[in-house]
Amino acid sequence: MRDYLEFEKPIREIEERIEKLASAGTARASVQEEIRKLRAKLAQAEAELYGNLTAWQRTQLARHAQRPSVLDYVGAFCREFVELHGDRAFGDDRAIVGGFTRFSGRSVMVIGHQKGRTLKERMQRNFGMPNPEGYRKALRLMKLAEKFRRPILTFIDTPGAYPGIGAEERGQAEAIARNLLVMSRLTVPIVSVIIGEGGSGGALALGVADRVLMLEHAVYSVISPEGCAAILWDDPTKAPDAAAALKMTANDLLELGVIDEVIPEPVGGAHRDPQAVAERVAKALSAHLSQLEELPVEELLARRDQKYRKMGAVADPRLPAS
Amino acid sequence: MAWFKKHKELIPESRKRPSVEGLWLKCNHCREIVYRKEVDRNSKVCPKCDYHFPISVQERIGILTDLGTFKEWDAELEPGDPLGFTDARSYRDRLKAQQEKTGRKDAVVIGEGAVNGRGIVLGVFDFSFMGGSMGSVVGEKICRAADRSLATRAPFVLVTTSGGARMQEGILSLMQMAKTSAALARLGEARVPFISILADPTFGGVTASMAMLGDVIIAEPKALIGFAGPRVIEQTIKQQLPHEFQRAEFLLEHGMIDMIVERRHLKETLSTLLNHF
Repeated sequence: MRDYLEFEKPIREIEERIEKLASAGTARASVQEEIRKLRAKLAQAEAELYGNLTAWQRTQLARHAQRPSVLDYVGAFCREFVELHGDRAFGDDRAIVGGFTRFSGRSVMVIGHQKGRTLKERMQRNFGMPNPEGYRKALRLMKLAEKFRRPILTFIDTPGAYPGIGAEERGQAEAIARNLLVMSRLTVPIVSVIIGEGGSGGALALGVADRVLMLEHAVYSVISPEGCAAILWDDPTKAPDAAAALKMTANDLLELGVIDEVIPEPVGGAHRDPQAVAERVAKALSAHLSQLEELPVEELLARRDQKYRKMGAVADPRLPAS
Repeated sequence: MAWFKKHKELIPESRKRPSVEGLWLKCNHCREIVYRKEVDRNSKVCPKCDYHFPISVQERIGILTDLGTFKEWDAELEPGDPLGFTDARSYRDRLKAQQEKTGRKDAVVIGEGAVNGRGIVLGVFDFSFMGGSMGSVVGEKICRAADRSLATRAPFVLVTTSGGARMQEGILSLMQMAKTSAALARLGEARVPFISILADPTFGGVTASMAMLGDVIIAEPKALIGFAGPRVIEQTIKQQLPHEFQRAEFLLEHGMIDMIVERRHLKETLSTLLNHF
């Protein structure tokens, strides 16, 4: 059973009519003809709807309960996943998973946010909102990968770092900052994919990489549209306006030079055909990884440095406009 | 997540920042009414509770560096409007108003100066410019300061006071966290010291990048420092926050900073500390 979002209602209605007619099981030509017509109408409605999604609709797709997670991707295209646990200091944060796995012929370290699917699992994983120990586990695994010269793949999907008392007491800000600093200088290739929600610093703490890829309907932003609307519009119901203003879709980010590639999703989103998405993600990851593995370490680091150094919109009136 | 939220109706009058006019001030921390002149004479420190009132960038530079040694760099750098951002007002209009108000192009000042004769690179955030928020210009200037510190091997000292990343520059503001952290990583590899001084308040993306990356982290007494803003946390966990939560003293107790130093001792402490590097 598919979960439909509010804006998918017209699609749902057509699909239900088709299902009803089909389940009658009649071979009558008129019925078959009607089904054929409805299918054509469905295809057209889908093309129209999903071809023109607003930033807010994409945000909802990015947060879809059935959207494939890091563990789904690992299950689809990696072998021998050995999950590793704990930050060796405080605990094991289940909002972040990580471990060694085999990906297209090589051993790699995979790390990602995991939101969980059932309510119980979501609670255990704190809805994918990590505490400091989650980021410190990720850091430990990244250093482990560096030590044994394994490339790192990260999968980003979080509403953000958890805003809690314990998180502040244990240094949420320090944990994120440390990851940014260390990731900028790790001597192995890093490729990140934003697979769902890229929630601010909590996402970036796994996302400093040589290549950053993004699924077509994923979003990535400095603040959630709801948070931004509450502050700047003084009205959380203005989230759709904030989503548009924040330029947080994959195409926006490609234009702004923040990501390197957009991976297309099947019509209706990644959850409609997880296998097809997984194949595309695997192909993209493999291509980028192979290119990065060719580079000497110094070149790899110099390019990573340049990549981030260039980001931003700054005007220097002393320089002639280019 | 929102790091700081504005809820006009929820903020009691007593928690608002004091107005600049008048002979009397209400302390942001103990809420006592104090005589303005006495506060001014006391380096803008509350005589009742030792809370350190915000001071201007000029005052900060005056407190930290030897008289006449500070030279500003890159004051001309101006923010763009990469998203064409508009909420109730356009980002361009906001910037213009802030620039007129502060006489600055953006929320950070960088330059070189001397602390008891020792040359340093200094960065100071300006909270009065859009809450000291970090956009592209702030990120770029911090990186330039770090680069020059790297080239000259002069220690980099940074005084933060900021609400976090600037929403109006969207994802590019977020990327400044990575960009500045990368510049500080290079500084660290070259073994050039980076001293971070946290003033009230320091939050969000600024705490979660440069502020917490100091080789030594100093905070001013009673400064509020954190990742998520207190109201966001309260709304999330639906509980009252502990007494003095996110104050400098709380961070010291939890091992997040090295020391709390009163403003009048800041320069001497910094000078003594730099002798070890």
